[in-house]
Amino acid sequence: MTTDIDTARAAALLDEAPLASASLFRFATAGSVDDGKSTLVGRLLHDSKAILADQLDAVARTSADRGFGGAAGGIDLALLTDGLRAEREQGITIDVAYRYFATDRRSFILADCPGHVQYTKNTVTGASTADAVVVLIDARKGVLEQTRRHLSVLQLLRVAHVIVAVNKIDLVDFSESVFREIEADVQKVGRELGLGSDGITDLLVVPVSALDGDNVVERSERTPWYTGPALLEVLETLPAADELESHLESFRFPVQLVIRPQGALAPDAVAGGLDVEEYRDYRAYAGQITEGSVKVGDKVSVLTPGQDPRTTTVTGIDFAGASLEEASAPQSVAIRLADEFDVARGDTIAAAGTVRESSADLYAQLCWLSPKPLREGAKVLVKHGTRTVQALVRSVNGKLDLATFNLEGASSLELNDIGHAQLRLAAPLPLENYLHHRRTGAFLVIDPLDGNTLAAGLVKDHPGDHEDERYSI
Amino acid sequence: MSTFITEEPTLVTDAAESTRLSSLDTLESEAIHIIREVVAEFEKPALLFSGGKDSVVMLHLATKAFWPGKVPFPVLHVDTGHNFPEVIDFRDRTVERLGLKLVVGSVQEFIDRGELAERADGTRNPLQTVPLLDAIQSNKFDAVFGGGRRDEDKARAKERILSLRDEFGQWDPRNQRPELWNLYNGRHTVGQHVRAFPISNWTELDVWRYIERENIELPGLYYAHDREVFARDGMWRAVGEVSQPLPHEEVITKTVRYRTVGDMSCTGAVESAAATVRDVVIEVAASTITERGATRADDRISEAAMEDRKKDGYF
Repeated sequence: MTTDIDTARAAALLDEAPLASASLFRFATAGSVDDGKSTLVGRLLHDSKAILADQLDAVARTSADRGFGGAAGGIDLALLTDGLRAEREQGITIDVAYRYFATDRRSFILADCPGHVQYTKNTVTGASTADAVVVLIDARKGVLEQTRRHLSVLQLLRVAHVIVAVNKIDLVDFSESVFREIEADVQKVGRELGLGSDGITDLLVVPVSALDGDNVVERSERTPWYTGPALLEVLETLPAADELESHLESFRFPVQLVIRPQGALAPDAVAGGLDVEEYRDYRAYAGQITEGSVKVGDKVSVLTPGQDPRTTTVTGIDFAGASLEEASAPQSVAIRLADEFDVARGDTIAAAGTVRESSADLYAQLCWLSPKPLREGAKVLVKHGTRTVQALVRSVNGKLDLATFNLEGASSLELNDIGHAQLRLAAPLPLENYLHHRRTGAFLVIDPLDGNTLAAGLVKDHPGDHEDERYSI
Repeated sequence: MSTFITEEPTLVTDAAESTRLSSLDTLESEAIHIIREVVAEFEKPALLFSGGKDSVVMLHLATKAFWPGKVPFPVLHVDTGHNFPEVIDFRDRTVERLGLKLVVGSVQEFIDRGELAERADGTRNPLQTVPLLDAIQSNKFDAVFGGGRRDEDKARAKERILSLRDEFGQWDPRNQRPELWNLYNGRHTVGQHVRAFPISNWTELDVWRYIERENIELPGLYYAHDREVFARDGMWRAVGEVSQPLPHEEVITKTVRYRTVGDMSCTGAVESAAATVRDVVIEVAASTITERGATRADDRISEAAMEDRKKDGYF
């Protein structure tokens, strides 16, 4: 009935640590059936004290009802993450679930991706926004075909950090040799994929016991041969994707809408002293910076499909009454330009001269996420940035065998397939290679009939353009 | 560090970390991006506004997203008829201050017309679904913003930021569209609408820290005050017109505050001395009880309470 205050914990969170400046880190988990992923997630939440008393009570009651842990009892941590009734009844996880916890260094968003049902769909979804992905391996089973598939998808999606957690290390008696063997296998798969050696991604392997907590939050004394950090330490210290990309000079800003109040100014802003005359002709382009940074005075190009790029100068960067000198990804701002071009939703503002010509020919890798298969000749919608255009599927150029990484002949794609396709767009778009531009190189394929999302698309270079061999699979 | 396969990754230095946006700024930027996407892609959005803290934060984000213009959509309130009077007063003042249109769906009117029946337990929260769907349909709203957060509940943890609802307002948790990158797919057919949850990724603590940082006004009952209460179902209930103690229930005066401000007949107060927003931030950071389980009787009915109501078109 009363809230239970642990003032020491509150002080640690609010005063000793600079919570106000703590940053956000997004990660996803992926694993195969029964490798203990839900238990690992439960353990991370539990040991980082993100599980609250009433949730723990409910889980403890259910664990006892089901006789978890036999006569000795215990808490089935996996229950903490099973959200839907059907999941609890069937003991499986159906859909990506999002979890939140914070340490004194970072706030975390965890996308918990089920492994066995529609694993590609779930892994692609979770990994698309993740700074890191934790892949689980059962220490008794080692690298399975599914592990290879997961790693392959993560490499395609260019996830910055892949962490392989070798779980159930307690069930192999904390054996170093078992761990080293698995580690070497992971390393071999990583080399085949280019994962961890391409300068974009890195790959780490950590021995853990989710059930007992070894190397999850605290380093374990039962694995003295492992001198690396515990899983949570890794997550607290790896650079987030936007830090790794901050060296990119390529400012990109898809225009969401035009802010042009024309006298319909916000009454609270006017009451707060906004000069009505000064804002009578206000016009700014609202959007979220997807990449790079921009300063007042920068030369930029406005990219409108079907038109030559128009170059102008940034005269202002506004955010809710504040004038900024500079802004960077992923800030949402409103940008004012020197020239009164006709700029609309769907246009992109980019650092001048950094975007190649827009193209109506789209070569891409498609992660097919729908039970409705892709056929050549299909008419679809492509959503790229803030623009949606019609598109024709000209050809399907094979699908990837995720276990061998070979491209196989195919003329259609089915649920969970990843393949190559060529599309013809009804209007040219400023497409960029996904390898170098995680936002402007990504798009959705949408079914024009029912509006469902059919595929996640990754833009490839046109054949003939220089392309790194590793990515032309 | 023999376990690092590659060269040891660069670990974050404090200097590098400080150049990043804070987590609150990142969440704010994400929410504003979503609000703008919905306004750009839908014909007629509306914002669910109850005067509760999450909806107040949503409205604040909307004012920032369209500054210096007005918030370009109306607000919608489903009035159970059991609301705290001071919250209704706060709602009306806020709408007036921002020059917004307010659409009210009234549970009482549906009961008066015989289209809804009072429940045996007197709780009206579950009765909000019918007036909500009626207001959405009669106003032809195709997108409805809500302040729902994934950390509130295990079913919400699986809901998309843009969540498609069918002609009956139902959510189909097993058939949701994958949400990829920051590309939101809001396409829908006639009769369907979309619920948009821009602060999905915020926690209760984020909300309170944001309220503190942005100096956002809330209804006074979020802060500690003396109130006549009685104990029922393990909660402190306020004495009021719709919430009367039974003969065996003793009325006492306690220093309490509310963590949610729903229907008076089912929302409980917590004992608290947190009289300022700073006090509340510390209390929330230290609290070991999630807000819904602690103070909403209707969520205690079953473990799957929220999932069932969402499937029926609840918020």
